[in-house]
Amino acid sequence: MSLLLQALFGRLPIGWLQLTHNRTRFAAALAGVAFANVLVFVQLGIMNSMATATLKPYGFFQADIMISASDANSMTEGSNVARQWMYQAMADPDVVAGTGLFVATVTWQRTDKALGLTTYGIDPTQPIFLSPEMATRAATLQLPNSGILDRFTRGLPRDETAAIRPQSPLSFEANNITLTLYDTFAGGGGFGGDGFMMVSDQTFLQQFPARSSGAPDHILLQVAAGADPDVVAARLRDLVSDKSLRIRSYAQAAAEDLSYQQTKRPTGIIFGFGVVIGVLVGIVIVYQVLSTDVADHLSEYATFKAIGYGQGFFLSVVFEQALVLGMLGFVPGLAVASLLLWAMASATTLPLAMTAGMAVTVFIGTVVACSLSGAIATRRLVAADPADLF
Amino acid sequence: MTEDVPVKVNGLNHWFGKGEARKQALFDVNLKVAGGSLTVLVGPSGSGKTTLLTLAGCLRDVQHGSIRLLGQELNGAHSDLQRALRRRLGFIFQAHNLHGSLTALQNVLMGLQVHGRSDPVLQAKAARHILTLLGLGDRMDYLPDNLSGGQKQRVAVARALVGNPDIVFADEPTAALDRESGATVVQMLKRLGQVRGTTTVMVTHDNRILELADRIVTLEDGRIVNDTAP
Ligand SMILES: Nc1ncnc2c1ncn2[C@@H]1O[C@H](COP(=O)(O)OP(=O)(O)OP(=O)(O)O)[C@@H](O)[C@H]1O
Ligand SMILES: [Mg+2]
Repeated sequence: MSLLLQALFGRLPIGWLQLTHNRTRFAAALAGVAFANVLVFVQLGIMNSMATATLKPYGFFQADIMISASDANSMTEGSNVARQWMYQAMADPDVVAGTGLFVATVTWQRTDKALGLTTYGIDPTQPIFLSPEMATRAATLQLPNSGILDRFTRGLPRDETAAIRPQSPLSFEANNITLTLYDTFAGGGGFGGDGFMMVSDQTFLQQFPARSSGAPDHILLQVAAGADPDVVAARLRDLVSDKSLRIRSYAQAAAEDLSYQQTKRPTGIIFGFGVVIGVLVGIVIVYQVLSTDVADHLSEYATFKAIGYGQGFFLSVVFEQALVLGMLGFVPGLAVASLLLWAMASATTLPLAMTAGMAVTVFIGTVVACSLSGAIATRRLVAADPADLF
Repeated sequence: MTEDVPVKVNGLNHWFGKGEARKQALFDVNLKVAGGSLTVLVGPSGSGKTTLLTLAGCLRDVQHGSIRLLGQELNGAHSDLQRALRRRLGFIFQAHNLHGSLTALQNVLMGLQVHGRSDPVLQAKAARHILTLLGLGDRMDYLPDNLSGGQKQRVAVARALVGNPDIVFADEPTAALDRESGATVVQMLKRLGQVRGTTTVMVTHDNRILELADRIVTLEDGRIVNDTAP
């Protein structure tokens, strides 16, 4: 480490020698930085898990354009859309296929507890609107009152879901109708329900007699190969007579849903706030560590200043320390945070996980925060006469 | 390059503190130090010796009057000029001011590396050489905490001299040294003056040094009251 830093900075690794001089203090500083890292990682993990959970259902389907009601901020919210708009949209030469998507919560009353399943009803004879994983399982949906279940549903024993196969289906009663599960797919806990279920539009309407086949929750469209969904969506906004409808490319709908969850919903705002607090506390810890170190060595720095070293030298020492603390504090921070996120994920089935993007962001953020803190801490040196600091 | 008059002080006044507590430490000080000479500042405690030394050594901003150091005016000098001048000086402080996390050798290297990147092998050789001259050949890799007061002071001397300064400013450099090492240090400074033309300005109470001085300047209450060449 010492030799590496020496080669990197072309001088004695003062920062490293200074930090490691007092082992106990160094360990405490590393623990502080690691703790700050853990804090930010966990908050980011929670924030990310919400993004993953929000976007999850969009991955069940394949579409280029989605038409929703004006008040439909997410997949599961808002009024219906009349199916006639689908037919109107399909008049556009670039729209090649359309289907209705129904969403509601089906409650599975088990002996111990009630599970809320976010249930999607879709036409199983049009598998082009399903993800490859769903499409391979869509055939069983054509059986009346059948469904396929999210095998990561919260509150269901894993061995019970693992046993669900076409040859060994599982039945349960919901809304006074027996539903039979023939297969499972990889969903994964969200913040809204305990799990997901996929059924045919017919089964859905059996479950919810008040709903009508003429008014799905969303309309999914596919455009011709080579057509730009955003361009077609813009054209449809002109074409479709109901101007209050939200006609967006599927990707944009997902992005707007996410931004709605993160900036308009209380949970999203709280999670975002958690990240901000985590970052602030992290910066305070890191600043404390580095400014204490600078303050402790002020008279030694003053001597260096008297010898003729300039501000650039002190900044490079502080940057060296930032790198050392950032790197060595990061490793245990990453390890502890990964473990914590893993434990939290097991306990909640939320998609909490360490991602490479998080790791890189937090590492760079730590080094930047360390450098800035150190740079601020050396400011006292700039103005002072060296003779006053001895 | 050696100036004829590397230090030229003219009408220098200096104050400490602000408002009510403001107190004048130097009164109209005028002084010209000849190149290659050993000038000693003496005077009672609180007479302003350290203040004058730090002002002339570019460690304190000049408030009033003029100091020309190596041909450059210090009053109002920009920090870049201050830094460039400091690199041509060697300081030996009353308190040794070694960096506690660096070994003796590393502390001395800091006096060399200020001049920029150069061959680390040559740097280490020069640093070892001067430490050996000062009798610290077997203490190179010790941290300051494991050195005696006199040894630390000699490391500080080595750090000040290793970069071949044009002027050495020393504030009671032999106070912490025993008789023998004190004499070694002063003789080194004296010889540097003769061989390289290095100018030395030193505050001291040490009678042994007074004998070697080219000039003795006496300060009292912030004024020069006596100036003799023994
Ligand atoms: N940083 C300072 N702040 C305020 N007053 C100071 C400061 N440094 C010195 N003084 C005052 O200036 C005057 C001259 O001090 P200076 O340190 O130059 O004396 P000195 O001759 O070096 O004394 P000594 O022999 O004790 O080292 C003293 O009255 C001292 O109290
Ligand atoms: Mg003094």
